[in-house]
Amino acid sequence: MEAVSAIEMRGISKAFGSIMANREVDLSVRWGEIHAILGENGAGKSTLVNMLSGIYRPDSGEIMIDGQVVEFASPASSIKNGIGMIHQHFKLVNVMTALENIMIGRRGGLLIRKKQWKQEIRDISDRYGLDIDPDKKVYNMSVGEKQTLEIIKVLHQGARILILDEPTAVLTPQEIRRLFQIVRNMKEQGCAIIIITHKLNEVMEISDRVTVLRQGQTVGTLTTADVQVGTLIERMVGKRLDLSIKRVDYPGERRPLLQVDGLTVRGQDQKIALEEINFDLYGGEILGIAGVAGSGQKEICETIAGLTRAEKGRIFFEGGNIIGKTPRDIIRLGIRMGFIPEDRLGMGLVGSMDIVHNIILKDYQNQPGIFLRRGPSQAKARTIVERLDIQTPGIHYPVKKLSGGNIQKVLLGREIDSDPKVLITAYPVRGLDIGASYKIYDLLNEQKYKGVGILFIGEDLDVLMSLCDRLMVFCAGRVAGTVDPREVSKEEIGWLMTGGKEQEPS
Amino acid sequence: MEGFLAAALVASIPLLIATIGEILTEKAGLLNLGVEGLMLLGAVMGFIAGYESGNPWAGLMGAFLAGCCGSLMFAILTISLRANQVVTGLTLTIFGAGFASFVGKDYIGLPVPALIRETFSPLALPVLSDIPLLGPVFFHQDVFIYGSYFLVIIICLYLYRTRFGLNLKAVGESAASADAAGVRISLYRYLHTVGGGGLCGLAGGYMSLVMMSVWVENVVAGRGWIAVALVIFAAWNPFKALGGAFLFGGLSILGFRMQSMGIHVSQYWIDMLPYAATILIIILSSRNNRKENQPPADLSVSYFREDR
Repeated sequence: MEAVSAIEMRGISKAFGSIMANREVDLSVRWGEIHAILGENGAGKSTLVNMLSGIYRPDSGEIMIDGQVVEFASPASSIKNGIGMIHQHFKLVNVMTALENIMIGRRGGLLIRKKQWKQEIRDISDRYGLDIDPDKKVYNMSVGEKQTLEIIKVLHQGARILILDEPTAVLTPQEIRRLFQIVRNMKEQGCAIIIITHKLNEVMEISDRVTVLRQGQTVGTLTTADVQVGTLIERMVGKRLDLSIKRVDYPGERRPLLQVDGLTVRGQDQKIALEEINFDLYGGEILGIAGVAGSGQKEICETIAGLTRAEKGRIFFEGGNIIGKTPRDIIRLGIRMGFIPEDRLGMGLVGSMDIVHNIILKDYQNQPGIFLRRGPSQAKARTIVERLDIQTPGIHYPVKKLSGGNIQKVLLGREIDSDPKVLITAYPVRGLDIGASYKIYDLLNEQKYKGVGILFIGEDLDVLMSLCDRLMVFCAGRVAGTVDPREVSKEEIGWLMTGGKEQEPS
Repeated sequence: MEGFLAAALVASIPLLIATIGEILTEKAGLLNLGVEGLMLLGAVMGFIAGYESGNPWAGLMGAFLAGCCGSLMFAILTISLRANQVVTGLTLTIFGAGFASFVGKDYIGLPVPALIRETFSPLALPVLSDIPLLGPVFFHQDVFIYGSYFLVIIICLYLYRTRFGLNLKAVGESAASADAAGVRISLYRYLHTVGGGGLCGLAGGYMSLVMMSVWVENVVAGRGWIAVALVIFAAWNPFKALGGAFLFGGLSILGFRMQSMGIHVSQYWIDMLPYAATILIIILSSRNNRKENQPPADLSVSYFREDR
C-alpha cells in the first residue's frame, strides 16, 4: 500500500534579490518518519522550511500537505494545515509565561481561561513525555526549557508535522538526548518530523531518511540506514573531506603569557560567577575550557577582556597586572577576544554595518587625526574575505545579512588579523557547518604555531579533546580540574563537568 | 481642599484619556509621538462639530473621529510604508497644531452652545457623592468623567483578561513571535493605533468643549507631551495611568489655586512644574529594572515578515 506523503514539495524556487536561495528543490516526507535535511550554511535549508511555515512564499513550485495542494499566505494558514515550526531563534515573548506564550494567536472565547489551558498542556506533556512549568517566565528559562516550550506550543496548536530548524545548535549533550527522545515519541504517535542540521552524527542517530541540499539544490534523498557518513559529506560538500582535527606542535619555547591568580567575579545577578580561579596560559598552546553552559565561561572571557570587574584576584599579562585596565588598554596590549553568543550577533560586530566598518571599529583609535582612513581597512577586509573564504556579495555588504558561519568568520578574522598575543575565543564554531568549522580550527592552529596563547571555550567535547593541549573543566564557577586530553576519557571529563572533585593537573 | 482635588480631577481627565490612547498604541509596538497633534485635531474638530450642531455627542464624536483620521495617516505611513515612527509622529504634531490654528481661526472666542455646557455640568451621583471627601471629588463630576472611569476598567479588562489583549502584548513585544503564532500583525497594529489616536482626539475634544468651553488657540498646551511621558510613568498600565494623570492634573492647576489663596509664586515657576516633574519621573523610572515595567520590546520597530 502506498501511503500519502505528509509533505510533497516539488520544484520549489525562491530568490532573495539576486541570490537564488532555493532552485527547483524537491522534498518528500512520510508520516511517522524523522526526515533530516542536511546541508552547509547557506545551502538553503532554512529558506526551504520557512516556505512550509508560511514565513516566505515560494516564487515557483508546488506544496502538497497530506495529498492536498496548499498555498500558505501566512503562518496562520500553515498552522491550520497542521504544520508546527520550531525556529532556530525561538519565537517566544520574553516577558510572558509559558502558558501565555502558548495562548498567543489562538482562537476561542473572548476571555483567558487559564485552568482549562493548563490541563490541556498537562495532557500534551504527559503524552509526549515533556515537562514545563506553565507559570515560569520565558526570561527565566534555559535554552532547553525554551525549546520544550516551543514544542508544546506547536503540539497544542494541533501540529502533526513538526519542523525543527537546527534544534541542537545551542543545547547541551544531555538536552540533546532528551530532545531526541521527545522526537522519537512523536514519531511513534505518527507525526512527521523534519530536522534541519549540519551535524552528521545527529543525522545518523535520529533520522530515517535524509535529504541533502547543496547551494540551494537537492542533491538527493537517502535512507539513513543505507549510507555511510563519508557519502553524506561528499554529497553535502561536493568533495571528500578529512575529518580528523590536527594538533600542531609549537616549535618555540613554552613560557606563560597570561597568569590568572585567585580570580573571583560576581555575575550580573550579583551571585558569585567565578571563584578562586587559577591558571596559566602559555604561548603556543590552546587551553580549552569545558563545562556545562553558564559555569562561568562568559565571565572569564569578559574579565580578561576588561569588560567585567573582578571582585578579587589578579591577572598578569607579560608580568603586569591587567585588572582595572580599560578594555581599550587591554586590546592595545594584544589580548583579543571573540565571543560568539547564542544569538551570534550579540557581541563584537554591528550587524547593520559592513565588513570594512566593523574592522574600523577596532582600528580607528590607532589612526592619527580625526578623519577615518578607510583605505587600510578596506584592504584588510579584502584579505580577510579572501583568506577565510567568506561568502559575501562584497566588503560593503551589511554583516547581519550574511549567513551565520560567515558572520563568525568576519569576527574571528578581524581579531586574528590584528596579530594578537592572546586570543580568547568562545564558541567560535557555534552553528557552523563542517567546512567552516575546520577552517576555523586550522586558523587557530596557525595562530598557535605563531606562538599565540589561545583560550578556547567550546561545547563539543570531541573537538575540545582533539584540538586542545590542555583542558580545564569548569563547574559552577570553579575549576573542577585541568587534564591532558590525550590521557583522559570523555566520561572522566563529563564527570568533572557535573561536579567532580578537584584534580591535580596532569 | 475638596475643591482643589475636584478641579485636579477635571484637569487630569484629558491627560488620562490621551495616556490610555497612547498605551494602546505603544502596546501594539508603535511609538506615536503625535499625541499633541492628535489632541489638537480632536479639540478643533470636536469644537466645530459641537458648535455647528449644538449637540454634545456630535462634538465628542467629531473629536474622536478627528483623532482616528490623524492616527490613520500615522498608521499608513509607519505600518504599511514602514516610515520612521519618531519622525512621523513629530510631523503629526506639527501638522495638528497648524491644522487647528487654521481651521479654528474663525471660531476664536466663540463659546460652546448652552446645551453642551448643560450636558457636561457636574452631576452628583446618589449615595456615592455622600461619601466624605471621596464623594465630592470623584462622584460630583460631569458625565464624561464617569465615562472615563468605565473606560479605564474596560481597557484594563481588555488588556489583561482577554485573548485579544494577550495577542496585542505579543505583537508589541515580539512581532515575529506573534506572526509565527498566526496573529495578524498589521491588523492589530492598525486597529490599536487608530483607536488609540481616537482616544487622544477625544481628550482634546474634552479640553475645548468642556474645560475651556470657548475656542482658544493652542488649547492643548503641551499636555500631549505629558501624556507621552505618563505612559512611561505608568509602565504601560492604564490603571497606574489613573494615578499619574491625577498627580499631573493637580500640578497643572496648582498655580491658580495658590494665587487665589494669596500665595505669590512666579507664574513661570508654577508653569514649569508639570514639565520638571516629567523629567524627574523619567529619571526615576529609568532606574526601574523590572522586566515587566520595560517598554514593549518591539516598540518603534517596523515588522516585515521576509526580512532577514
